[in-house]
Amino acid sequence: MKYYRAHVLICSGSNCAIKGCRSVKQACEQEIIRHGLQGEVQVVDTGCLGLCDQGPALVVYPEGVMYGRLTPSDVLEIVSEHLLKGRLVHRLMQQPTGPAGEVSPLSMTPFFQKQKRVVLKNCGLIDPERIEDYVRAGGYTALATALDVMTPERVIAEIKQSGLRGRGGAGFPTGRKWEYTRVAAGQQKYIIGNADEGEPGTFKDRLILEGDPHLIIEGMAIAGYAIGATRGIVYIRGEYELSIHRMELAIRQARENGLLGEGILGSAFSFDLEVCAGAGAYVCGEETALIESIEGNRGEPRFKPPYPAEKGLWGQPTSVNNVETLANVPSIIEQGALWYRSLGTPNSPGTKVFTLTGNIVNSGLIEVPMGITLREVIYEIGGGIPDGKKFKMAQTGGTSGGCLAAAHLDIPMDYDSLQSHGSSLGSGALLIMDDTHCIVDLTRCFLKFFVHESCGQCTPCREGTPALYHLLGKVSAGAGGHADIQLINRLSRTMQSSSLCALGQTAPVPVLSALQHFWPEVEAHLNGRCPANKCVMGKAAGKIAN
Amino acid sequence: MLTNVTINGRTIAVPAGSTILSACRQADIKVPTLCHHPDQAVKAACRLCVVEVAGQRLLQPACSYPVSEGMVVNTATPAVREARRTILELLLSSHPPDCLQCPRSFTCELQQLASELNVRETPFPSRLRQLKQDQSTVSLKRIPDKCVNCRRCVHACLTTQGIGLLYTAGRGRDTVVQTSGNAPLHDVACVLCGQCLQACPVGAITEVDETEKVWDALADPAKHVVVQVAPAIRVALGEEFGGEAGSVVTGKLVSALRLLGFDRVFDTDFTADLTIIEEGHEFLHRLSHGGILPMITSCSPGWIKFAEHNYPAQLAHLSSCKSPQQMFGALAKTYYAEQIDLAPSSVFVVSVMPCTAKKYEAARPEMTSSGYRDVDVVLTTRELARMLKQAGIDWAGVPAGEFDAPLGISTGAGVIFGATGGVMEAALRTVYEVVSGKELGSLDFHAVRGMAGVKEAAIQIGDLVVNVGVAHGLANARQLMEQVANGTSPYHFIEIMCCLGGCIGGGGQPIPTTNAVREQRMRAIYSVDEAMTLRKSHQNPAVVKLYADFLKRPLGHKSHTLLHTEYVKRG
Amino acid sequence: MAERQANSSQRQMILPFVDQPGGLLKALHALQNASPAHFLAPSDLKLVAEVFGVPEAKVWGTATFYSLYSTSPRGRHIIRVCESAPCYVVGAMDILKVLEETLDVKPGETTGDGRFTLEVASCLGVCGVAPALMVDLDVHGNLTRDRLNAILAEYA
Repeated sequence: MKYYRAHVLICSGSNCAIKGCRSVKQACEQEIIRHGLQGEVQVVDTGCLGLCDQGPALVVYPEGVMYGRLTPSDVLEIVSEHLLKGRLVHRLMQQPTGPAGEVSPLSMTPFFQKQKRVVLKNCGLIDPERIEDYVRAGGYTALATALDVMTPERVIAEIKQSGLRGRGGAGFPTGRKWEYTRVAAGQQKYIIGNADEGEPGTFKDRLILEGDPHLIIEGMAIAGYAIGATRGIVYIRGEYELSIHRMELAIRQARENGLLGEGILGSAFSFDLEVCAGAGAYVCGEETALIESIEGNRGEPRFKPPYPAEKGLWGQPTSVNNVETLANVPSIIEQGALWYRSLGTPNSPGTKVFTLTGNIVNSGLIEVPMGITLREVIYEIGGGIPDGKKFKMAQTGGTSGGCLAAAHLDIPMDYDSLQSHGSSLGSGALLIMDDTHCIVDLTRCFLKFFVHESCGQCTPCREGTPALYHLLGKVSAGAGGHADIQLINRLSRTMQSSSLCALGQTAPVPVLSALQHFWPEVEAHLNGRCPANKCVMGKAAGKIAN
Repeated sequence: MLTNVTINGRTIAVPAGSTILSACRQADIKVPTLCHHPDQAVKAACRLCVVEVAGQRLLQPACSYPVSEGMVVNTATPAVREARRTILELLLSSHPPDCLQCPRSFTCELQQLASELNVRETPFPSRLRQLKQDQSTVSLKRIPDKCVNCRRCVHACLTTQGIGLLYTAGRGRDTVVQTSGNAPLHDVACVLCGQCLQACPVGAITEVDETEKVWDALADPAKHVVVQVAPAIRVALGEEFGGEAGSVVTGKLVSALRLLGFDRVFDTDFTADLTIIEEGHEFLHRLSHGGILPMITSCSPGWIKFAEHNYPAQLAHLSSCKSPQQMFGALAKTYYAEQIDLAPSSVFVVSVMPCTAKKYEAARPEMTSSGYRDVDVVLTTRELARMLKQAGIDWAGVPAGEFDAPLGISTGAGVIFGATGGVMEAALRTVYEVVSGKELGSLDFHAVRGMAGVKEAAIQIGDLVVNVGVAHGLANARQLMEQVANGTSPYHFIEIMCCLGGCIGGGGQPIPTTNAVREQRMRAIYSVDEAMTLRKSHQNPAVVKLYADFLKRPLGHKSHTLLHTEYVKRG
Repeated sequence: MAERQANSSQRQMILPFVDQPGGLLKALHALQNASPAHFLAPSDLKLVAEVFGVPEAKVWGTATFYSLYSTSPRGRHIIRVCESAPCYVVGAMDILKVLEETLDVKPGETTGDGRFTLEVASCLGVCGVAPALMVDLDVHGNLTRDRLNAILAEYA
């Protein structure tokens, strides 16, 4: 194996790629050749580091120095100074240096210090397009362990014991889901990796697939072994071109290396995976809608029961698990349920990947132990609110989540605590908003999303989302009264109690949390005033806009 | 296996695996429904049937949720009432408020629900979509603005009829039932059977109303207006006046038509008998001359159109006989016109049919053998009821009457044309006796009766065992046609009716027409047959006379020009 | 004749998808990608219906359900502007407004020269660099009004 003096890891996640990492990488490679360093320095494409707002970014090892917000001309300087002469380029560095000019490790920077990387353990450190890198990082040992020394029941028991809960939003215990699928009668069982990530503000699954696709293959193979499935499908949003490409590449590599296919690793277990691309429908993140979509139909959720564990894809027992959930599996098998339980809280063990967006200094991807407070995430990891503005609210769990006010900053971020405050952990989206925003205006924006994404099957959601949107428009225009608020409440209750799937059931959540936590501001609108000065008063509110 | 469930405080035992809805019905507790249809798969889409299940965080739809031992259900709690009311208000906000003009007024399930749930206004603003109406066919009219997205029509077209021209399209608030590309029905392979209309709870699909044309003809002194009534009308029209499904109202029907002002009241049963003679001879001819078998009946215009679209290469299997309706029209404007010494142009033929496809059949260019349109206007059972109400005829007080001669004379074989298997049974009664020269012991061929989708029988006729098959509903028809297409059909003779139950279950029949109603009408049809003195077509004296005086012989030259037709490959 | 050949090459293209999970969606993607006007023509839907053995209306129902499919012709390049909350709070509506003015179209419309179709989209999944839009398969993030013209200029 060739030995290099230094490695340059360039983030090639979607968020960085769009910021010109391709031109940065090209400049870097050209410059290395110009200086004749190609035998000493290796340039590696890697997955997301998480600091999306700093992109394009690269890290130079062995020092572990991160440079961010790069242009191709910056790279010339990094190559000639750092790589050639060994002098740090301070103006581009993203981490402080000590008194003696020493670089504090990247992991000690505020952004990384509070993080605990289980799911993202390889992201930013390996080349996701090389299976060798994954194996060198310890990949596929969990699968080998499971196949070698564990029965499927033992795998399920371990996952149950770990307390792993679904990371897609609902938080259902993963081990139980697998157990139901295992015991259900059926000829061909399926495991489906759900990467139809459509929740606004969420891009974790994308970056996991882009940064470490083999981790998902390994997690799914273990899941397949546990539930007795020989076939798996990864359903990826159609918009995620790079995720689809990397997943397909990883599957080919895994097949070539005997990690997928007949008799995996010499065991009696056979398993194969296919990628299925979505076509633009948020509702397909709902497991039964996703199944309908794979079957070539409109992505309309099915009524339950029967649940997919009993009757899923083509009527067969099926377990649908979020990509992040699956990404936890190899580590749990390798390090054990007890280790996993040592992270997070008793009811929400482990870590959670969050995506920080909105009015925040460090927008990006982070992984932290469950139970961390919103304050720590925003002010310590996220670097606070930019431009000297004040924190107004945070929406957790994506557009179907509730809005929390400053009074809630110290709530622990776990399934149950957030739920008890009318919000949810959901997909891990964290949208931070400063005090220039108006709660009514934002709530309308949230609802517009549901109007567009409702599948149209059940009445409360199909008819309720536009009606709710209309009523909020009325309030926003200063034309609403207390009767409208009552109607909003009644409509929201009906949508929550009677919609067919979680989309309609949760669409009113941001509205209700706005009424609960920001009532004075809403009430001001009833009196014709928008305190944030965002809403245009007096706009005609007629029939529901089509 | 029984499951104990407590509904509204009352514990009852219901079959294991029942839904909450069926348990409620067993307990005589009414739960409102809209997307639910007793003959279709559960959709759980409208959510009007939500109930409270103890221990469940959310309300659950009674139509899909299975009962379990010890389950406690409440169907009228404040939460349930609020949800139902809100859902209904939402539906009303996107439905045109034109009940006064809607043909489905009084048979509209949405209107009924508004009344039952006491919802008289909606607080939500109107959300009418102004979607384009489809008036492209002579049979059906679609008004998508009225669609409540229950998808019952989708099921009727796709699953019951095996066609699938209507499907949910769009998403969210734009969701609507459409054809591919939103093409007008005229431009797609629609057979115009009207089963979508029968399934529709509201007025989103209706028949094309032609009552005004009939009023005009009746008011025209230059027109001699005759009416023919299909067999299935006499066992269904009573329902339009509050009667039980399956009441036999033949006598009242005849008198009521006379009261409306028709010059003659005739019976399609007459030409049904005639069809048996023609078709029976055609079958025997095919049998003895190595003709194309199996031969398939051709009375049902929806079925004919289905075959033309889907089995163009198999059209030679169809009997060349026109349907009884069209044979009647052709004879009314020739044989009958000659008898009363009127020009064909002066005779106006109205037919009352259980069928929307009959409107299309009457308008086919082939159906003009008298030189004019053989049948001028086709009314459905519902349109006739509307005319009777419009004329102020008090149904209860209408006396019984008798059909006019000669085109009103018929046998029991003619009347059973109205039910699935009836044409086959009538044909067997005649073919058996014509071939064997012996009298049949029992006239009842039970093997071909009833609601089973595909029925078959083997009958010894002379030296030959004749295998017959019967299918109703086009999904069932498709099964038999696939056999025909791939050369594996075991039958000599096949009867196909477009609609489930046969004509008594047609798209022109009173609403609702469910399978339960179909069975009641079917029983009525066979009771009419049994009560007849003459029950075999070849015994119909008027038919015998028709051959003697006019047609001369079955399959003869006159028959060929007036009573037989050709089909069009529609691909 | 030419039409029949095109039809047969399209048939070959989608045949492998028939038995695959999500095959019908893959076929629609493939046909739309092969369409110069980026849409599913009636003949495409008919072909999918025939090859997959499902009613054409059902294929239409599927095609009109997903927002990545279009059943009407579109411009050479498709601009999809995200208007979901994370982009909204950092100025997505300004971006949309500038694009509407620059291109003189409303969302859903195509410019007179057939160069661009403007669409609004739900979350594109690149919220780390909001506000964002996609032109065809390229994502552009951290948008400002000033950058839009340069971005548009990349697409002829």
